[in-house]
Amino acid sequence: MLEIKNLHASVEGKEILKGVNLKVGAGEVHSIMGPNGSGKSTLASVLAGRDGYEVTAGQVLYKGKDLLEMEPEERACEGVFMAFQYPVEIPGVGSVQFLTAALNAIRKHRGKEEYDALEALTLFREKLKILHMSDDLLGRSVNEGFSGGEKKKNEIFQMAVLEPSLAVLDETDSGLDIDALKVVADGVNALRGPKRAMLVITHYQRLLNYIVPDYVHVLVDGRIVKTGDKELALHLEEHGYTWAGERALADAAGSKA
Amino acid sequence: MTTIVKQGLRHYLESFKRFENGAGGPDWVRSVRRAAIERMAELGFPTASDEDWRFTNLTSLAGKKFDLEAGGTEPAVLQLGGLAFPGDEAVRLVFVNGRFAPGLSKLGKLDKGVIVASLARALSELREVVEAHLSRYLDYESDFFSALNTAFMEDGAFVYVPRGVVVELPIHLLFVATATAEPAMSHPRNLIVVEDVAQAAVIEDYVALGDQEYFSNVATELVAGESSVVDHYLIERESARAYSVGTLRVQQARSSNVASHTLLFGGALVRNNVHPVLAGEGAECLVNGLFMPARGQHMDNFMRVEHASPHCASRQFYTGILDGNGRGAFSGRIIVHKDAQKTDAKQTNRNLLLSNDAQMDSKPQLEIYADDVKCTHGATIGQLDEDAIFYLRARGIPREVATALLLYGFAAENLERMRLQSVRRYLEGIVLERLPHGSILRELS
Ligand SMILES: Nc1ncnc2c1ncn2[C@@H]1O[C@H](COP(=O)(O)OP(=O)(O)OP(=O)(O)O)[C@@H](O)[C@H]1O
Ligand SMILES: [Mg+2]
Repeated sequence: MLEIKNLHASVEGKEILKGVNLKVGAGEVHSIMGPNGSGKSTLASVLAGRDGYEVTAGQVLYKGKDLLEMEPEERACEGVFMAFQYPVEIPGVGSVQFLTAALNAIRKHRGKEEYDALEALTLFREKLKILHMSDDLLGRSVNEGFSGGEKKKNEIFQMAVLEPSLAVLDETDSGLDIDALKVVADGVNALRGPKRAMLVITHYQRLLNYIVPDYVHVLVDGRIVKTGDKELALHLEEHGYTWAGERALADAAGSKA
Repeated sequence: MTTIVKQGLRHYLESFKRFENGAGGPDWVRSVRRAAIERMAELGFPTASDEDWRFTNLTSLAGKKFDLEAGGTEPAVLQLGGLAFPGDEAVRLVFVNGRFAPGLSKLGKLDKGVIVASLARALSELREVVEAHLSRYLDYESDFFSALNTAFMEDGAFVYVPRGVVVELPIHLLFVATATAEPAMSHPRNLIVVEDVAQAAVIEDYVALGDQEYFSNVATELVAGESSVVDHYLIERESARAYSVGTLRVQQARSSNVASHTLLFGGALVRNNVHPVLAGEGAECLVNGLFMPARGQHMDNFMRVEHASPHCASRQFYTGILDGNGRGAFSGRIIVHKDAQKTDAKQTNRNLLLSNDAQMDSKPQLEIYADDVKCTHGATIGQLDEDAIFYLRARGIPREVATALLLYGFAAENLERMRLQSVRRYLEGIVLERLPHGSILRELS
């Protein structure tokens, strides 16, 4: 599904990603953990195609295609979804209008018939119901005046509507109360399937109680220093990232010896 | 004063001599016209040193001679088809190059004493009500273009809604500029009188067939009686070479509620004056506007909101979307008179620059002589939010559509303030037509 090879990326001339290697297969859920500023959001931004991130080396393959060659909208149409750490408020653009435009752009790209306004609205209502979310947001501008939690839930709602093949969630759990956290987790779990993959970026092991990952990776200073299963997340919570970093150094030293 | 400007003034004086003899109307109108032309000559063209004209240079207008009797062909009804307001309208008066065109107008039956007629007719047949209001409010003593309009006032629209009457459908006033042998000038003068506890909506619609050069200098006096509710829409779609000056003077009695909506799309040089006076206690006004200068266009919005009585509220919301080397200006003056305690005045001017060559000047100006008032103002000038564009693109929406969505979203706030849904829909369509990539959005919805 996704293959990241020796990815180096810099922002404003400063190298942030320093050789990331990661392979995500269909049906898998991977979690990326790491301290502040380690490059998690940078990785997500590079995957989504945000301007200002310069890839200096490496490659990203998505379903065998060169992801980095594609425009952001093309990536979305091909099935990549990014739940942003900081969703943008867009005053004046109605949520329904926005999501209908997105849905139909993607459907068109896939050669499917576009939804009319009523079909789209019906789908939105259905998804909100499944997610136990209120349909208030449909009457508002995109994220405008939303609380932090509402914004994160809105990301999950959009994901549920757009049904991506690869979802990247950037700290969608941060700052959520336990109820909102469950909404997010349910949304993610509902989407899990043999043909889909997820990359869940988080600071806290808490989310992983609800979304049980197949793999946990530790990103420190632009590199994945450790990979393990869900137990690794527990260790990290207890011992901190320095531990993982040191272990990695020790492992590296050990393998050399 | 330079020679060119002097020659320009002389041309207006000469035009007036020819006009005066043939023009109709009662004696008092004739003497007002004469007083106005004299005042115009004394005032002279405003220059850049005039604080109220800081952002607009009138040299090119002042140097031109426009023909008052240029005539011009009357368009076929068919040509007006596309300009027809698609929602139902109570009546439609059509004016061609400033002259009432009864053959093109749609004069439906109006009940309960409502009158919609040409001002020329009203001047001869409805003297009393006209005399009570015409030229009582517009300030031709200190404003050059008001003086010029008043000197040449003869035709335009007259709308009268008697006490207690509610006119459900909008009254559409369509002013069409057509090709003329010489560049033409017109000075349409409109008088709208909505009496106590009456209600009406009036659309002033200025359009051009062709891209000729001309000078349109409109003045409207809108009189809102006690507890009346009036919606006024001004849609300016003059030709790309037109000089367009419009002045809306609103006089509001106690507890009246007036909404002025202005949309500026066309014209080379546009000056939009809106001047409501909240004369009676508890009156409220909304001054709402959207202006979209693109390449070669200059649009200057000059607001003057006067609080002359206590407990009045005013809201100004002006939004500019500037493209190409388009220039825009917004001056928002709020004047709170000494007795106007408990005034609640708010002013917002938001602007979006779509190109590096676009330029916008925004200037609030508060003159407050009362001590218990609430006045706020704010202006922003910015560019399209790249983060928002990326967010939309990351959901699969192509860049052009994302841009159009954001632009439309920026304008939507002003459109949403319009009470009449049929008019709002109509204007949404026009805005979409004008926005870069707007047509894509039209297909989407
Ligand atoms: N647009 C930007 N301009 C300048 N520096 C940036 C930009 N984006 C990220 N950085 C820098 O890149 C580094 C990595 O940032 P990134 O946001 O990827 O970290 P993160 O792991 O997501 O951290 P957090 O856990 O706080 O979200 C930081 O040092 C940050 O300051
Ligand atoms: Mg981050």
